[in-house]
Amino acid sequence: MISFLPYAVAAWLIAIGLYGIVTSNNLVHLVVCLSVVQSATYVLLLAIGYKTGGQAPIFADIPVGTTAVDPVVQALSLVDIVVEATVTALLLALAVQAHKRFGSIDPDDLRPLAG
Amino acid sequence: MSLRGRRALFLVSIPVALLVLVAAFAGLPDFGNYSGVYGRALNLIAVPQRHATDVVTAVNFDYRAFDTMGEEFILFAAVLGLAVVLRSMREEHRRASHEADEEHKFDEPSSLLRAFGVLLVGPVLVIGLYIVSHGAITPGGGFQGGVILAAALLIVFLAGEYLAMKFVAPHALVEFGEAAGAGGYVLVGFGGLVFAGVFFKNFIGLGDPAHILSAGTIPISNGAVGIEVAGAFVLLWTEFLDQALVIRGK
Repeated sequence: MISFLPYAVAAWLIAIGLYGIVTSNNLVHLVVCLSVVQSATYVLLLAIGYKTGGQAPIFADIPVGTTAVDPVVQALSLVDIVVEATVTALLLALAVQAHKRFGSIDPDDLRPLAG
Repeated sequence: MSLRGRRALFLVSIPVALLVLVAAFAGLPDFGNYSGVYGRALNLIAVPQRHATDVVTAVNFDYRAFDTMGEEFILFAAVLGLAVVLRSMREEHRRASHEADEEHKFDEPSSLLRAFGVLLVGPVLVIGLYIVSHGAITPGGGFQGGVILAAALLIVFLAGEYLAMKFVAPHALVEFGEAAGAGGYVLVGFGGLVFAGVFFKNFIGLGDPAHILSAGTIPISNGAVGIEVAGAFVLLWTEFLDQALVIRGK
Protein backbone atom coordinates (compact mmCIF):
# COMPACT_ATOMS: atom_id res chain seq x y z
CA MET A 1 0.00 0.00 0.00
CA ILE A 2 2.61 2.52 1.10
CA SER A 3 4.76 1.59 -1.89
CA PHE A 4 2.62 3.55 -4.35
CA LEU A 5 0.87 6.07 -2.11
CA PRO A 6 3.36 8.95 -2.67
CA TYR A 7 3.02 8.53 -6.45
CA ALA A 8 -0.78 8.59 -6.08
CA VAL A 9 -0.47 11.87 -4.15
CA ALA A 10 1.65 13.34 -6.96
CA ALA A 11 -0.90 12.30 -9.60
CA TRP A 12 -3.75 13.66 -7.47
CA LEU A 13 -2.00 17.04 -7.07
CA ILE A 14 -1.55 17.32 -10.84
CA ALA A 15 -5.19 16.42 -11.50
CA ILE A 16 -6.75 18.66 -8.83
CA GLY A 17 -4.45 21.57 -9.76
CA LEU A 18 -5.32 21.26 -13.45
CA TYR A 19 -9.03 21.15 -12.55
CA GLY A 20 -8.56 24.42 -10.66
CA ILE A 21 -6.77 26.04 -13.61
CA VAL A 22 -9.43 24.93 -16.10
CA THR A 23 -12.41 26.09 -14.04
CA SER A 24 -10.80 29.19 -12.50
CA ASN A 25 -12.58 32.54 -12.65
CA ASN A 26 -9.86 34.46 -10.84
CA LEU A 27 -6.29 34.98 -12.04
CA VAL A 28 -4.81 34.85 -8.51
CA HIS A 29 -6.64 31.57 -7.88
CA LEU A 30 -5.29 30.32 -11.20
CA VAL A 31 -1.69 31.09 -10.23
CA VAL A 32 -2.15 29.29 -6.89
CA CYS A 33 -3.53 26.26 -8.76
CA LEU A 34 -0.43 26.26 -10.94
CA SER A 35 1.66 26.13 -7.75
CA VAL A 36 -0.39 23.10 -6.66
CA VAL A 37 0.42 21.36 -9.96
CA GLN A 38 4.08 22.19 -9.51
CA SER A 39 4.15 20.88 -5.94
CA ALA A 40 3.44 17.46 -7.44
CA THR A 41 7.00 17.54 -8.78
CA TYR A 42 8.43 17.94 -5.27
CA VAL A 43 6.40 15.00 -3.97
CA LEU A 44 7.41 12.87 -6.94
CA LEU A 45 11.12 13.78 -6.79
CA LEU A 46 11.42 13.21 -3.05
CA ALA A 47 9.41 9.98 -3.24
CA ILE A 48 11.68 8.56 -5.93
CA GLY A 49 14.81 9.29 -3.90
CA TYR A 50 13.55 7.87 -0.61
CA LYS A 51 15.20 4.81 0.83
CA THR A 52 13.55 2.92 3.70
CA GLY A 53 15.44 3.74 6.89
CA GLY A 54 17.69 6.18 5.06
CA GLN A 55 19.16 9.20 6.81
CA ALA A 56 19.30 12.73 5.42
CA PRO A 57 22.35 13.01 3.10
CA ILE A 58 24.21 15.21 5.61
CA PHE A 59 27.36 13.55 6.90
CA ALA A 60 28.25 16.17 9.52
CA ASP A 61 27.34 13.88 12.41
CA ILE A 62 26.83 10.47 10.81
CA PRO A 63 29.71 8.48 9.28
CA VAL A 64 30.14 8.31 5.52
CA GLY A 65 28.64 5.06 4.27
CA THR A 66 25.49 5.27 6.39
CA THR A 67 22.38 4.49 4.35
CA ALA A 68 21.05 7.86 3.18
CA VAL A 69 18.38 9.05 0.78
CA ASP A 70 19.29 10.35 -2.68
CA PRO A 71 20.86 13.86 -2.61
CA VAL A 72 20.39 14.51 -6.34
CA VAL A 73 16.58 14.68 -6.26
CA GLN A 74 16.75 16.84 -3.13
CA ALA A 75 19.05 19.28 -4.91
CA LEU A 76 16.62 19.36 -7.83
CA SER A 77 13.58 20.08 -5.65
CA LEU A 78 15.51 22.84 -3.88
CA VAL A 79 16.14 24.92 -7.00
CA ASP A 80 12.68 23.97 -8.23
CA ILE A 81 11.11 25.68 -5.20
CA VAL A 82 13.11 28.92 -5.55
CA VAL A 83 12.47 29.21 -9.27
CA GLU A 84 8.77 28.45 -8.76
CA ALA A 85 8.48 31.22 -6.18
CA THR A 86 9.84 33.86 -8.56
CA VAL A 87 7.86 32.63 -11.55
CA THR A 88 4.71 32.75 -9.40
CA ALA A 89 5.58 36.36 -8.55
CA LEU A 90 5.98 37.16 -12.25
CA LEU A 91 2.55 35.66 -13.02
CA LEU A 92 0.97 37.62 -10.16
CA ALA A 93 2.54 40.79 -11.58
CA LEU A 94 0.81 40.03 -14.88
CA ALA A 95 -2.45 39.61 -12.95
CA VAL A 96 -1.95 43.07 -11.37
CA GLN A 97 -1.45 44.64 -14.79
CA ALA A 98 -4.42 42.74 -16.25
CA HIS A 99 -6.59 44.14 -13.49
CA LYS A 100 -5.37 47.66 -14.24
CA ARG A 101 -6.07 47.28 -17.94
CA PHE A 102 -9.39 45.44 -17.86
CA GLY A 103 -10.69 46.20 -14.37
CA SER A 104 -11.22 42.49 -13.72
CA ILE A 105 -9.20 39.43 -12.78
CA ASP A 106 -11.61 36.97 -14.34
CA PRO A 107 -9.73 35.29 -17.22
CA ASP A 108 -12.99 35.31 -19.23
CA ASP A 109 -13.02 39.12 -19.17
CA LEU A 110 -9.58 39.43 -20.72
CA ARG A 111 -9.71 40.52 -24.34
CA PRO A 112 -6.97 40.37 -26.93
CA LEU A 113 -4.69 43.37 -26.71
CA ALA A 114 -5.12 45.77 -29.59
CA GLY A 115 -1.75 46.25 -31.26
CA MET B 1 -15.25 28.59 -24.02
CA SER B 2 -17.89 28.52 -21.27
CA LEU B 3 -17.10 27.26 -17.79
CA ARG B 4 -19.38 24.28 -18.33
CA GLY B 5 -17.66 23.43 -21.61
CA ARG B 6 -14.21 23.67 -20.07
CA ARG B 7 -15.22 21.47 -17.16
CA ALA B 8 -16.71 18.85 -19.48
CA LEU B 9 -13.58 18.82 -21.62
CA PHE B 10 -11.47 18.45 -18.49
CA LEU B 11 -13.51 15.56 -17.10
CA VAL B 12 -13.28 13.74 -20.43
CA SER B 13 -9.53 14.22 -20.89
CA ILE B 14 -8.14 13.91 -17.36
CA PRO B 15 -8.75 10.13 -17.07
CA VAL B 16 -6.63 9.66 -20.19
CA ALA B 17 -3.84 11.82 -18.76
CA LEU B 18 -4.02 9.99 -15.43
CA LEU B 19 -3.84 6.66 -17.23
CA VAL B 20 -0.60 7.75 -18.90
CA LEU B 21 0.73 8.93 -15.53
CA VAL B 22 -0.13 5.64 -13.82
CA ALA B 23 1.56 3.71 -16.64
CA ALA B 24 4.68 5.87 -16.18
CA PHE B 25 4.66 5.56 -12.39
CA ALA B 26 4.33 1.78 -12.68
CA GLY B 27 7.85 1.72 -14.10
CA LEU B 28 9.30 3.51 -11.06
CA PRO B 29 10.91 1.64 -8.16
CA ASP B 30 8.59 1.06 -5.18
CA PHE B 31 8.63 3.81 -2.57
CA GLY B 32 11.62 3.25 -0.29
CA ASN B 33 13.49 1.03 -2.73
CA TYR B 34 15.51 3.72 -4.46
CA SER B 35 18.25 2.19 -6.54
CA GLY B 36 19.85 5.10 -8.41
CA VAL B 37 23.60 4.88 -8.85
CA TYR B 38 24.50 8.59 -8.80
CA GLY B 39 22.91 9.36 -5.45
CA ARG B 40 24.62 6.40 -3.79
CA ALA B 41 27.98 7.27 -5.35
CA LEU B 42 27.74 10.93 -4.34
CA ASN B 43 26.82 10.01 -0.77
CA LEU B 44 30.04 8.02 -0.60
CA ILE B 45 32.46 10.37 -2.36
CA ALA B 46 31.25 13.91 -1.56
CA VAL B 47 32.93 14.09 1.84
CA PRO B 48 36.33 12.58 0.87
CA GLN B 49 36.42 14.33 -2.52
CA ARG B 50 34.98 17.80 -1.79
CA HIS B 51 35.14 17.95 2.04
CA ALA B 52 31.46 19.01 2.00
CA THR B 53 29.30 17.22 4.58
CA ASP B 54 26.01 18.47 3.10
CA VAL B 55 25.84 16.40 -0.07
CA VAL B 56 22.81 18.31 -1.39
CA THR B 57 24.82 21.54 -1.43
CA ALA B 58 27.81 19.74 -2.90
CA VAL B 59 25.60 18.55 -5.76
CA ASN B 60 24.11 22.00 -6.38
CA PHE B 61 27.28 24.06 -6.15
CA ASP B 62 29.96 21.68 -7.31
CA TYR B 63 28.93 18.52 -9.15
CA ARG B 64 26.20 20.29 -11.10
CA ALA B 65 27.27 23.89 -10.54
CA PHE B 66 26.87 24.62 -14.23
CA ASP B 67 23.18 23.64 -14.12
CA THR B 68 22.68 25.76 -11.03
CA MET B 69 24.02 28.70 -13.00
CA GLY B 70 21.22 28.19 -15.51
CA GLU B 71 18.62 27.96 -12.74
CA GLU B 72 20.04 31.04 -11.09
CA PHE B 73 19.50 32.97 -14.30
CA ILE B 74 15.91 31.71 -14.58
CA LEU B 75 15.40 33.38 -11.20
CA PHE B 76 17.21 36.49 -12.41
CA ALA B 77 15.17 36.66 -15.60
CA ALA B 78 11.87 36.11 -13.76
CA VAL B 79 12.53 39.00 -11.37
CA LEU B 80 13.77 41.17 -14.23
CA GLY B 81 10.56 40.36 -16.12
CA LEU B 82 8.52 41.25 -13.05
CA ALA B 83 10.28 44.61 -12.77
CA VAL B 84 9.54 45.29 -16.45
CA VAL B 85 5.88 44.25 -16.16
CA LEU B 86 5.35 46.35 -13.04
CA ARG B 87 7.35 49.39 -14.18
CA SER B 88 5.44 52.53 -13.39
CA MET B 89 3.63 54.09 -16.30
CA ARG B 90 4.14 57.75 -17.05
CA GLU B 91 0.99 59.01 -15.35
CA GLU B 92 1.48 56.62 -12.41
CA HIS B 93 4.92 58.01 -11.77
CA ARG B 94 3.64 61.53 -11.28
CA ARG B 95 0.98 60.32 -8.85
CA ALA B 96 3.43 58.54 -6.53
CA SER B 97 6.15 61.15 -6.66
CA HIS B 98 5.62 62.61 -3.19
CA GLU B 99 7.36 60.08 -0.96
CA ALA B 100 6.05 61.66 2.23
CA ASP B 101 2.50 61.19 0.96
CA GLU B 102 3.18 57.53 0.20
CA GLU B 103 3.68 56.69 3.83
CA HIS B 104 0.14 57.63 4.75
CA LYS B 105 -1.36 55.11 2.39
CA PHE B 106 -0.26 52.07 4.42
CA ASP B 107 -1.88 51.59 7.81
CA GLU B 108 0.30 52.18 10.86
CA PRO B 109 1.56 48.92 12.40
CA SER B 110 0.06 48.03 15.78
CA SER B 111 2.37 48.44 18.77
CA LEU B 112 2.49 44.64 19.23
CA LEU B 113 3.58 44.11 15.60
CA ARG B 114 6.13 46.88 15.96
CA ALA B 115 7.60 45.39 19.15
CA PHE B 116 7.83 41.85 17.77
CA GLY B 117 9.23 43.13 14.51
CA VAL B 118 12.03 45.02 16.22
CA LEU B 119 12.81 41.91 18.29
CA LEU B 120 12.81 39.65 15.22
CA VAL B 121 14.95 41.62 12.75
CA GLY B 122 18.28 40.83 14.44
CA PRO B 123 17.74 37.08 15.00
CA VAL B 124 16.32 36.57 11.50
CA LEU B 125 19.33 38.35 9.98
CA VAL B 126 21.71 36.15 12.01
CA ILE B 127 19.86 32.95 11.05
CA GLY B 128 20.01 34.01 7.40
CA LEU B 129 23.75 34.59 7.54
CA TYR B 130 24.24 31.31 9.41
CA ILE B 131 22.24 29.35 6.83
CA VAL B 132 24.16 30.92 3.93
CA SER B 133 27.61 30.45 5.47
CA HIS B 134 27.08 26.86 6.68
CA GLY B 135 25.62 25.62 3.39
CA ALA B 136 28.41 23.12 2.81
CA ILE B 137 28.17 21.64 6.32
CA THR B 138 24.51 21.43 7.41
CA PRO B 139 21.23 21.80 5.50
CA GLY B 140 21.03 25.25 3.97
CA GLY B 141 22.92 27.36 1.50
CA GLY B 142 22.54 30.44 -0.63
CA PHE B 143 19.01 29.79 -1.90
CA GLN B 144 17.45 29.10 1.50
CA GLY B 145 19.52 31.66 3.43
CA GLY B 146 18.91 34.34 0.81
CA VAL B 147 15.15 34.07 1.31
CA ILE B 148 15.60 34.38 5.09
CA LEU B 149 17.82 37.46 4.66
CA ALA B 150 15.15 39.03 2.47
CA ALA B 151 12.55 38.19 5.14
CA ALA B 152 14.49 40.28 7.64
CA LEU B 153 13.96 43.31 5.41
CA LEU B 154 10.29 42.48 5.02
CA ILE B 155 10.02 42.56 8.83
CA VAL B 156 11.50 46.08 8.75
CA PHE B 157 8.60 47.02 6.50
CA LEU B 158 5.99 45.26 8.66
CA ALA B 159 7.22 46.74 11.93
CA GLY B 160 8.21 50.16 10.71
CA GLU B 161 7.44 52.10 7.64
CA TYR B 162 7.80 51.56 3.97
CA LEU B 163 10.25 54.45 3.86
CA ALA B 164 12.32 52.75 6.58
CA MET B 165 12.66 49.68 4.38
CA LYS B 166 13.56 51.82 1.38
CA PHE B 167 16.14 53.56 3.56
CA VAL B 168 17.73 50.26 4.67
CA ALA B 169 17.51 48.78 1.19
CA PRO B 170 17.47 51.46 -1.52
CA HIS B 171 16.23 50.25 -4.88
CA ALA B 172 19.56 50.79 -6.61
CA LEU B 173 21.47 48.87 -3.93
CA VAL B 174 19.05 45.93 -4.09
CA GLU B 175 19.30 45.81 -7.87
CA PHE B 176 23.07 46.01 -7.69
CA GLY B 177 23.17 43.23 -5.08
CA GLU B 178 21.05 40.95 -7.22
CA ALA B 179 23.19 41.54 -10.31
CA ALA B 180 26.47 41.29 -8.38
CA GLY B 181 25.37 37.99 -6.82
CA ALA B 182 24.48 36.54 -10.22
CA GLY B 183 27.72 37.83 -11.73
CA GLY B 184 29.79 36.65 -8.77
CA TYR B 185 28.53 33.11 -9.21
CA VAL B 186 29.62 33.14 -12.86
CA LEU B 187 33.00 34.55 -11.81
CA VAL B 188 33.51 31.52 -9.55
CA GLY B 189 32.94 29.41 -12.65
CA PHE B 190 35.50 31.40 -14.62
CA GLY B 191 37.91 31.08 -11.69
CA GLY B 192 37.72 27.33 -12.20
CA LEU B 193 38.34 27.80 -15.91
CA VAL B 194 41.38 30.01 -15.39
CA PHE B 195 43.02 28.33 -12.39
CA ALA B 196 41.98 24.70 -12.78
CA GLY B 197 41.25 24.45 -16.50
CA VAL B 198 37.57 23.46 -16.17
CA PHE B 199 34.54 25.75 -15.76
CA PHE B 200 33.36 25.61 -12.12
CA LYS B 201 36.15 23.22 -11.10
CA ASN B 202 37.31 23.85 -7.54
CA PHE B 203 40.50 25.95 -7.52
CA ILE B 204 41.14 26.71 -3.83
CA GLY B 205 42.08 24.62 -0.80
CA LEU B 206 39.46 22.21 0.52
CA GLY B 207 40.01 22.66 4.29
CA ASP B 208 38.80 20.28 6.97
CA PRO B 209 35.32 18.74 6.54
CA ALA B 210 32.61 20.33 8.72
CA HIS B 211 34.76 23.45 9.18
CA ILE B 212 33.20 26.76 8.14
CA LEU B 213 36.03 27.44 5.69
CA SER B 214 35.89 24.10 3.93
CA ALA B 215 34.67 22.57 0.67
CA GLY B 216 36.66 24.87 -1.62
CA THR B 217 34.61 27.19 -3.81
CA ILE B 218 31.23 25.96 -2.48
CA PRO B 219 30.94 28.59 0.32
CA ILE B 220 31.90 31.36 -2.14
CA SER B 221 29.21 30.25 -4.62
CA ASN B 222 26.75 30.01 -1.73
CA GLY B 223 27.52 33.57 -0.67
CA ALA B 224 27.04 34.88 -4.21
CA VAL B 225 23.74 33.04 -4.62
CA GLY B 226 22.62 34.19 -1.16
CA ILE B 227 23.16 37.83 -2.13
CA GLU B 228 21.39 37.31 -5.43
CA VAL B 229 18.36 35.54 -3.95
CA ALA B 230 18.02 38.09 -1.12
CA GLY B 231 18.23 40.92 -3.64
CA ALA B 232 15.75 39.24 -5.96
CA PHE B 233 13.12 38.73 -3.25
CA VAL B 234 13.47 42.25 -1.80
CA LEU B 235 13.21 43.68 -5.32
CA LEU B 236 10.13 41.59 -5.95
CA TRP B 237 8.44 42.78 -2.73
CA THR B 238 9.23 46.45 -3.29
CA GLU B 239 7.84 46.24 -6.82
CA PHE B 240 4.53 44.87 -5.48
CA LEU B 241 4.44 47.41 -2.64
CA ASP B 242 5.04 50.23 -5.13
CA GLN B 243 2.10 48.91 -7.12
CA ALA B 244 -0.04 48.92 -3.97
CA LEU B 245 0.86 52.57 -3.52
CA VAL B 246 -0.02 53.41 -7.12
CA ILE B 247 -3.36 51.60 -6.88
CA ARG B 248 -4.27 53.15 -3.51
CA GLY B 249 -3.26 56.55 -4.84
CA LYS B 250 -6.02 56.41 -7.43
